[in-house]
Amino acid sequence: MTEFTPFVRKDMLEPRDPPGNQQGPIAWARENLFSGPMNTVLTLLGILAVGWLALHIIPWLMHSVWNANSLSECRAIIAQTWGPDATGACWAMVRERWHQYVFGFYPMDLYWRPTLAFLLMLVAIAPVLYQSLPRKMMWFTALYPFICYWLLWGGTLWAPIVVLAGFGLFALAFRFAAPKLGVPVSAGLGLLAAAVWWLFVQTPLSTALNGIIPLSIRDVDSDQFGGFLLSIVIGITAISASLPMGILLALGRKSDMLLVKSLSVMFIEFIRGVPLITLLFTASLLLQYFLPPGSNFDIILRVIILVTLFAAAYIAEVIRGGLAALPRGQYEAADALGLDYWQAQRLIIMPQALKISIPGIVSSFIGLFKDTTLVAFVGLMDPLKGITAVVRADINWKGIYWEPYIFAGTIFFLICFGMSRYSMWLERKLKTDHR
Amino acid sequence: MAFVQDAPKDSFRLGMLIYDTRYRSITIQVVVLILFLLFLSWLVNNTAQNLAAKGRTFDFGFLWMRAGYDINQRLVDYTNDSTHMRAAFIGLLNTLLAAFVGCIIATILGVVIGVLRLSKNWIVSRLMTVYVEIFRNVPVLLWILLAATILSETTPQPRDFRQTPEMEQAGEEPKASMLFGIIAVTNRGTVIPEPKFCIGKPQAECDADPNEGGLGVIDLGIFKVSLNLLALLVVFGGSIFVNSRITKQANATQEATGIRPVTWWKSLAVLIIPSAILLWALGLHFVVPELKGFNFVGGISVLHSFTALTLALALYTAAFIAEIVRAGIMAISRGQSEAAAALGLRPGRTMSLVILPQALRVIIPPLISQYLNLTKNTSLAIAVSYMDLRGTLGGITLNQTGKELECMLLMMGIYLTISLIISALMNLFNRAVKLKER
Repeated sequence: MTEFTPFVRKDMLEPRDPPGNQQGPIAWARENLFSGPMNTVLTLLGILAVGWLALHIIPWLMHSVWNANSLSECRAIIAQTWGPDATGACWAMVRERWHQYVFGFYPMDLYWRPTLAFLLMLVAIAPVLYQSLPRKMMWFTALYPFICYWLLWGGTLWAPIVVLAGFGLFALAFRFAAPKLGVPVSAGLGLLAAAVWWLFVQTPLSTALNGIIPLSIRDVDSDQFGGFLLSIVIGITAISASLPMGILLALGRKSDMLLVKSLSVMFIEFIRGVPLITLLFTASLLLQYFLPPGSNFDIILRVIILVTLFAAAYIAEVIRGGLAALPRGQYEAADALGLDYWQAQRLIIMPQALKISIPGIVSSFIGLFKDTTLVAFVGLMDPLKGITAVVRADINWKGIYWEPYIFAGTIFFLICFGMSRYSMWLERKLKTDHR
Repeated sequence: MAFVQDAPKDSFRLGMLIYDTRYRSITIQVVVLILFLLFLSWLVNNTAQNLAAKGRTFDFGFLWMRAGYDINQRLVDYTNDSTHMRAAFIGLLNTLLAAFVGCIIATILGVVIGVLRLSKNWIVSRLMTVYVEIFRNVPVLLWILLAATILSETTPQPRDFRQTPEMEQAGEEPKASMLFGIIAVTNRGTVIPEPKFCIGKPQAECDADPNEGGLGVIDLGIFKVSLNLLALLVVFGGSIFVNSRITKQANATQEATGIRPVTWWKSLAVLIIPSAILLWALGLHFVVPELKGFNFVGGISVLHSFTALTLALALYTAAFIAEIVRAGIMAISRGQSEAAAALGLRPGRTMSLVILPQALRVIIPPLISQYLNLTKNTSLAIAVSYMDLRGTLGGITLNQTGKELECMLLMMGIYLTISLIISALMNLFNRAVKLKER
């Protein structure tokens, strides 16, 4: 009998590559770009749109002129270099006027002061943004507003120090009264003491101290502020002031006390129901009616107060959403542990509610920062309308429109986009559920 | 020996007002009330003193005085002999018009962009992401100013549309031409065709008449109502009613027999034919703008300030609406669309019957606040000198009469009312589509 040897494969064959239309860029394009007639049309339209934009923007950017003294000179250079029909950007305007966009009409020899204030601001907000930095840096953050005010507006150093002493008085009164009288009463007492200090002691004391040891730098008026300096001053101040105010308003709206609740609701709904412009006009036109006769204070401060109130109402609603999203059990557990209202809020409720409302809070902040451009309508020099109007009114730059708006818009975009990315990062970092 | 002792009954002490949680809230409320009343009386007192110092009174009598200024866009009759009240009303209508048109454009754009952003198509979804990020992160004021500048600086003058005899001989075309032959975009505004009605008269005679023609108008005292429009609304409303009956009947047949009768051609006929016949009977035709002298004659001239404001607000708000729509659709769990597929629904029906009704519940509340934002942002009309409520009542009237307090309070009151009405209406709608829970 012949021996039958069955065929047994000893080694595996190398797997064959998938066919060309199943892998690589072609397959990807087939799946993602041309998977059906509708998709194909959309893809073609998209490519057309991108191509059209590129066809217009790229030559315009390539033909940019950075050195010229006027728009007509720019155009002459472009026509000379690239032919009579060529279009090009005239960034020479930015080169000549960037300082107005950044500082407004701040005295040129004092530019170091806002620059230093800006750098110090980065140091001051760093520990707020990144929890990993040493907590002791927060002391600098607390001092920063006073340093910043002194650097920007100038005057005597004693004024911010004496104002700071008012806060010290508040803290002192609160510290001694709180264990005996509870949070609300002692806060009221502290506020009263500080108010008396600020109203009656502050001005004479700082004048007297300045007489003994003069520590003054040159004064700069509010109407010399402008550009991004103004936007950032209003934006940052209103952002940092509106968050605590928003928290208080949200707590007021959730309160069991009918009066506190209805006052908070009325305030929030009124502010949210009217446009910001009407509030800014209130700052510039109506405050003179509401304040005691003869009192007149700085327009930037008035605008900051109204913008803060505006932002606080929106933030209050965002935080109310966060509070509503917390399960009732959290409140009950805090009560069961014997924590009082403020302890429960500080240790249990707020950390969770704020975490939930981070996206909403940050988008309110972004909206607030964008809205700082509206101060142009009460006569302040914001970068978009105020400064651009000044530039466009110059005979040399008459008729320029893409470049100033693109320049100012890009800076706004970078700041706002940065804020939204930061909030996404923070949200991911603080996420503790679904591990 | 055990005995039971009652807890000692506390007599009321003054300190309990602060320490006892039973009384503390009352104490705090009384203090708040006193502080609030003090603050209020301080404000009123200051205002009274300031008004007295300036020799002014607080009254709204100025509203019935002659306004004396012209408004370049009026939806209802207004001359400079009308009252300040009338001017404020014109401004209010202009605000509402910009808000209404803006909301419609923003919704359409926003829904399209939001859906396309979810598309699997790489290029399209990236393009939409870029759009959303660019428009969301730049102040709306920039878009308004840019739109206004581009419209006024890059559009041709009316005379550029003219073809002079010399140019005709040389075979040259005029520098600018009308869009589709009917819309002229000039640096003075956009001129669009005007609808006119004509019954039993030659068309030229109707066109020469400045009135609308057709059935005419009835004067309600405050404003005039076009009878043509009213008739059209009545007929179209009737069509919608008949159409709903047809659909209901079709549903009943489907319930009874399981077969849905084909109704689309009936619906189409009922919805279109009566209105079309009415419009034909009223003699509807469009007057196309024509270049005469230095400007266009005939047609409706739309101001650039209106176009720029509405377009910029719509583009800006569309970016936010797109995000809301995207979030709403993504909030519906995959299981829903899988279940729909398991039931044998095609993708289109899955979208319209399963996904959208659920997504709408998530979408509507934030959408309301976007509509409110757009309405409030129309006050940025100040940037392009569009005569809205702030331009009339809070602008020229305020400056002419010097009644800052009254004008501002009235204006805030009106904006507040608009906001409250919009949110009330939208909340009603929200309640209608809300999940009915037992």
